[in-house]
Amino acid sequence: MSALEVEDVHKLFGRLEVLRGIDLDVAEHEVVCLIGASGSGKSTLLRCVNLIEPVDSGRIVVEGADITRRGVDVNAVRRRIGIVFQAFNLFPHMTVLRNVTLAPRTVLGRPRREAEGRARELLARFGLADKSDDYPDRLSGGQQQRVAIVRALAMEPRLMLLDEVTSALDPELVAEVLELIRELAAGGMTMLIATHEMGFAREIADRVCFLDEGVILEQGPPAQIFSAPREPRTQQFLARIVAAGRM
Amino acid sequence: MASEGGRRTDLEVARRSRILGGGDARTVGISVASTVLVFALLAFAITHAPGWHEVRRTFFDWGQFKASFPEIARAFLLNVKIFSISEAFILVFALVIAVLRSLPGPVFFPLRALAIAYADFFRGVPTILVIAILGFGAPALELKHIPTSTTFWGIVALVLIYTAYVSEVYRAGIESVHPSQEAAARSLGLSRGRALRYVVLPQAVRRVIPPLLNDFIGLQKDTALVGILGAIEAFNQSQIDTDATFNYTPYLCAAVLFVAITIPLARFTDVLILRDRRRRQAGRVL
Repeated sequence: MSALEVEDVHKLFGRLEVLRGIDLDVAEHEVVCLIGASGSGKSTLLRCVNLIEPVDSGRIVVEGADITRRGVDVNAVRRRIGIVFQAFNLFPHMTVLRNVTLAPRTVLGRPRREAEGRARELLARFGLADKSDDYPDRLSGGQQQRVAIVRALAMEPRLMLLDEVTSALDPELVAEVLELIRELAAGGMTMLIATHEMGFAREIADRVCFLDEGVILEQGPPAQIFSAPREPRTQQFLARIVAAGRM
Repeated sequence: MASEGGRRTDLEVARRSRILGGGDARTVGISVASTVLVFALLAFAITHAPGWHEVRRTFFDWGQFKASFPEIARAFLLNVKIFSISEAFILVFALVIAVLRSLPGPVFFPLRALAIAYADFFRGVPTILVIAILGFGAPALELKHIPTSTTFWGIVALVLIYTAYVSEVYRAGIESVHPSQEAAARSLGLSRGRALRYVVLPQAVRRVIPPLLNDFIGLQKDTALVGILGAIEAFNQSQIDTDATFNYTPYLCAAVLFVAITIPLARFTDVLILRDRRRRQAGRVL
């Protein structure tokens, strides 16, 4: 059974069709990277999988259960799918520890001690042990983004969606976040990652999907996509990336 | 905490220098000099006005002040009671109205419409009219189990009016919290209600503390309007004294009492806001 199946998903914003029939299968423990120009639909696809945006047609199936059918328990779906955004979106009025324990305590009903113990464990594992009592405003961008990832992990999701999580970071802070994602991949986490970090995608992905104007134009192992892309649009996109010195 | 004392001094220096308009000795000197000059000119202009002696006799009579003050202060306790009770209800009701107005979707349209109609109506009608209509009209209904006292109906009127204002303040606060905050909460599996309770409202309320206080001060002053119903609160008491002595100094007593209670409240709010900002951004250059 696939961890995630996306079947012919369409999404419109007004008259603009952002997703024009996406088909995608993600196996358990697989890491799939979505690449493509801004506006190609990477973020929208992730937001649809997390049900932040409703799809207009097609199906999304998570571990065998259709999450796009009518009357689905949205909150239950989101409990199993973690998403991390480009802009961190930490809760500024809560300490790091409270950010991480909020959902386990209120949604899963975990007792405070248990939730905090688990949160401290996770924070320590990703080098944030001394930050648990700080407020997000005090942290660097890289630290904030790592906290955001830990916050999603605290719900023990079956699938993680990462939406350009390094795009808002200063270049010197990117590495610490990528390192964390590497650890997650090594731990077997199933991930769907939208990214502009081509070198990283090449290194970490089991499979790379090139999105262009709302469809997956080409997909395959990173070696093939990055070294021998078949589609002219993929070749153009990668040539531009290389010209910009990003790969 | 070891740094607590140092931090507080920091805070005071920052505030003092902001009020005085700068930091170094020269700017402080200029601030002081210009303040003294302005007040000296004002004092000169007032005390040399043709009617000054008459005004001083009728408004600034120290003997009269001392004589009227205790009774007016006692009456002022009624104002305190009115605004304390009113404020408690206002803070809760207004939040309910604001949340109703923020409910999305067509199902909740009737609730939204009601909340909007309510806010529009009670912000539009002059306070004194609502107090008069309810204060003189409602007791005549002779409703069972409902008090008929003027204080009760005065409080009801103030709650109705200020709930309308304060709900708008809350609403502005709710709308100022970026939608990505709610999205982040929802993406963790929190329901809409929980996202509102734990993520949106705490941030919204913190942001609107200054305008909330502003309305609270307005409420404190408007308790004087309940006097038109005959309740002996500070303004009414000072009017009784004024009528009895043909001297207006009692008004000044009432004014002093109102000011004495609003100024500390305003400073207290400043401290609250500063403390919250400091806590969140400690270690950062503001």
